[in-house]
Amino acid sequence: MIDEELVQLLTPEGERVDHPDYTSSLSGDRILSMYRDMVIVRRLCNESTSLQRQGQLALWAPSEGQEGAQIGAGRALAPMDFTFPSYREHGIAWCRGVPPEQVLRMFRAVSNGGWDPQKYRHSVPTIVLGNQVLNAVGYAMGVQRDGADEAVLTFFGDGASSQGDVLEAFVWASSFNAPVVFFCQNNQFGISTPSSTQSKVPLFRRARGFGFPGVRVDGNDLLACYEVTKAALENARAGGGPTMIEAYTYRMGAHTTSDDPTRYRVEAEVEVWKHRDPIERIKALLVREYQIKPTAFESVREEADAIALKLRDDVLAMGRPDPLSMFDDAYSEPHPLIDEGRREMAQLLASEGGGE
Amino acid sequence: MSEEIFLLPDVGEGLIEAEIVTWKVKVGDVVALNQPLVDVETAKAVVELPSPFVGTVLTLHGQEGETMEVNAPLVTFDVGGEPAPHANEKQVVHDVPDEQRREPVLIGYGVANEESLPSRRSRRRPARDGEPVIAAAPRRGAVRTTPPVRLLAKQWGIDLETLTGTGRDGLVTRDDLERAHRQSTPVTTSVARNVASTRTSDSSRFVGREIAPWSTGAREERFAVKGVLKAMADAMLQSTTQQPQAVVWVRTDVTKTMELLGSLKAHPHLAGVRISPLTFIALAVCDAARHYPGINSSFDATANEVIVRRYMNLGIAADTARGLIVPNIKDADQLDLRAMATALSSLVATAREGTTTPADMLGTTFTITNVGPFKVDAAMAILPPGTGAILCVGQIAKAPWVHHDELCVRDVLELSMTFDHRQIDGALASRVLAHIAGFLEDPATSLLAQ
Repeated sequence: MIDEELVQLLTPEGERVDHPDYTSSLSGDRILSMYRDMVIVRRLCNESTSLQRQGQLALWAPSEGQEGAQIGAGRALAPMDFTFPSYREHGIAWCRGVPPEQVLRMFRAVSNGGWDPQKYRHSVPTIVLGNQVLNAVGYAMGVQRDGADEAVLTFFGDGASSQGDVLEAFVWASSFNAPVVFFCQNNQFGISTPSSTQSKVPLFRRARGFGFPGVRVDGNDLLACYEVTKAALENARAGGGPTMIEAYTYRMGAHTTSDDPTRYRVEAEVEVWKHRDPIERIKALLVREYQIKPTAFESVREEADAIALKLRDDVLAMGRPDPLSMFDDAYSEPHPLIDEGRREMAQLLASEGGGE
Repeated sequence: MSEEIFLLPDVGEGLIEAEIVTWKVKVGDVVALNQPLVDVETAKAVVELPSPFVGTVLTLHGQEGETMEVNAPLVTFDVGGEPAPHANEKQVVHDVPDEQRREPVLIGYGVANEESLPSRRSRRRPARDGEPVIAAAPRRGAVRTTPPVRLLAKQWGIDLETLTGTGRDGLVTRDDLERAHRQSTPVTTSVARNVASTRTSDSSRFVGREIAPWSTGAREERFAVKGVLKAMADAMLQSTTQQPQAVVWVRTDVTKTMELLGSLKAHPHLAGVRISPLTFIALAVCDAARHYPGINSSFDATANEVIVRRYMNLGIAADTARGLIVPNIKDADQLDLRAMATALSSLVATAREGTTTPADMLGTTFTITNVGPFKVDAAMAILPPGTGAILCVGQIAKAPWVHHDELCVRDVLELSMTFDHRQIDGALASRVLAHIAGFLEDPATSLLAQ
């Protein structure tokens, strides 16, 4: 399943391995701090799943299993780089400093987006599959025209890689040598369709056909994801053009809380991937190489619990916005169709005696 | 003390109901935040609902097996002290009027069935006073119902078009379907419902009935011989008094079958198909019958003739809540691995539901009985009357085995076959059993050689 072209710096057992092109540059403190990020992001994800099961969120897209790819890529960013996520990049949002409750505003259906993209240099999630990749290339071309020292990092999955938007984005990025890095988390399933059905060649090899390099990295190896992403971003900032990174990982949970993964994949496969858990291998490394004590892990866990409880309180305290406010931010300027929608909605609310 | 009620949430974008599968707490339990309360089954999945409150369970508003509407009370808690700030009005309740309700949209699925929706304008336009409310236009195409109901209707052979839905927007509910099913097949359904509603432990079950435990039951108990019990008693007596039976045994190394099974189970193209060792055994039996048609024969004493059948109606002895029944897979020799696996699981599911029909049990030509699940190695089976042979399958267990002249631990299976010695002799029976064993020793080659 995993081939020799896969960049790996840490085995599932937490042992370092050498790679000719990449060497881990992270200190023990940085690794411990990234371990903390992964544990918190997973804990927040589990709390969000519970909130959905309790009727407090309309939907949730779990990211469990993909923390190595997301924290590795997220921590490789420079502050002014800009990121374009899909709807599962909770780890990236965390790295960019987006408060967790703001991530949940959209999933609770109290906001169309959730945060100010410019403040966090992180776009709001794109639900339309793959569309953020086009947006990212457009933004990167703007960066290029401004002559800014920034790179753009965009995220999509193996399923979205079949979308026309993604392939068109590849063409534009290549033609204009845009400073963009395409980070594809191949979590093996486009909802229920196996990645192997959607692509007859490993996804990273597609990049070569578009005229830029593609790299396959072990997506459950935090160290490798960090180094590969960092190198690709530096290359983009230096005018080297786009890179595609395929982070080979696995979605441990459902596509969203609306589907049942046991109907389309076998338990044995999930078991195999449990042994490749991104958090456990970093923990093994921290114990073996840096003599981190159990009390340190325990305090990370307690901190994660506290952050999750705060998230719960914040979500439950969210008010119900005026339904008409949903039309406010669709366009920056007045738009006749939006105005019509707002009018119809107002009539509907009036006919129901206030609408609530 | 203050009470909090957990309302059944919509856990899957636009669901209207869920069935309570298993309660994980009981009245009086003190539960922690996010502690699992209950498994519910929706049209999409079985999901576990974690507790939104810390407190003591006061009321469970529903029985296992009961279907509840979304937003109905599920659990009432005593959360102690003052009313908690997280009251139910904060639940995200999308209570949209029916005519305005959209088909659920799943992330990544796109909008479902757009052309079957009324136009945007008609969906949004509120009814004015004095103007008749026009019901939503009947949707073209499929009857509105949920996937489990569709599946059940297919299994019961009921055309959903013939039903009037009593649910929201004319949705055909499980109750509607069950009502129709009761009307069409009163007897089987009542049996099926009894089977479904009584959860029996293995130890208190005896020939399809519940019996009292040793300590509390009457000193002696008598009950009438009827139904499935009578059928079994008559068949066994008829078989043993009218058919002279002999048995052959073999022990065989099925390690390769287990390995092939493991790799096929993980194969995406066989996802959702339940493959088991029995699938291979059934294929082996059909293969053996093709080589030795004489084994698939019966003795007609009235006409004084032997009948050789070149089709395989493969009977599978099934242990059900009603007792032992033997439905068969018609023309099983025509099935490939995937079809055989599907036919076996559907046969077993039907038997377990208690909806096997008499037609399903007629015309068996060869039978397999599997005692492996009961953790025994072998049995001497008795022929179902009118059939020529029955294969008895024991448990597959790790055992010392000489493999390539070395002592190894292998997966070993014991097979025995009972045959009617009027027309089948020991030589034929032995060859057939050895053929079946050989198939299971090297299933890949055998499948390719078919």
